[in-house]
Amino acid sequence: MNYPDLLPWHAIAGGLAIGFAVTLLLLFNGRVAGISGIIGGLFRLQRGDVSWRVAFILGLVLSVTIWKFFFALPEIQIETSHMMLILAGLLVGFGTRLGSGCTSGHGVCGLSRGSPRSLVATALFIVTAMMTVYWVRHVFAN
Amino acid sequence: MVGLMAWVSGIVFGLGIILSGMVNPAIVLAFLDVTGRWDPSLAWVMAAAVAVGSIAFTIAKKRKKSYLGGAIQIPSVTKIDVRLILGGIVFGIGWGIAGICPGPALVLVGSGSLEAIIFLTAMLLGMGVFEAIQQKHQ
Repeated sequence: MNYPDLLPWHAIAGGLAIGFAVTLLLLFNGRVAGISGIIGGLFRLQRGDVSWRVAFILGLVLSVTIWKFFFALPEIQIETSHMMLILAGLLVGFGTRLGSGCTSGHGVCGLSRGSPRSLVATALFIVTAMMTVYWVRHVFAN
Repeated sequence: MVGLMAWVSGIVFGLGIILSGMVNPAIVLAFLDVTGRWDPSLAWVMAAAVAVGSIAFTIAKKRKKSYLGGAIQIPSVTKIDVRLILGGIVFGIGWGIAGICPGPALVLVGSGSLEAIIFLTAMLLGMGVFEAIQQKHQ
């Protein structure tokens, strides 16, 4: 038996890093690291509420450059057509604002603070996404 | 200082997304493809993130102010309403189509991917449409 292969260590380590990022933003800035909410807040500019949002977003965008100083970027495969990417983007943008959260806000932060509302949202978007993949890959594709 | 910590948090968040493999939409779609070759990685990412995050929220709930002296703003809404449910469904459909959610979208844009730029532009447009409708109803 090969112990290193027993668990997906990259996934666990990455998850711990995400949890640490959530911790930093919560305890130092007092803010919840919900990415759709952080972007969405920029649609209604309020004094003193802009710079931390921009800084966080720039950090996310810049993370690839920092990663590449040390390691090769893992393989990235996007096989979705441009038309479907546009449709997906519109739905993700609208849906996350309507439902007040995405994978980070409801999925990570909401579950971390034991919010029943976030648990419902997370279960709903994961199941809906699974059904969508089933339709796209196994029903329409045939 | 507030900006600096947010910046560092964003970087760490992005490094976590890359390290976990979730920067690759194909791995996210493999988690969502339960009847195909299922890859449970995403569940491990969330479990690990929530394990750390729950400690942070336990500490935060006991504090009146953040370490930098600002207010700690934890959502207070508890209502499970139509908006939450519809939003979750609409987001889930979009997530299932491309395997990209807002965090990885920003990281992918940093990699210079044209597909990610197309997705992000549409995502911002979708958020803009929501804002426009929201403001009209106020």
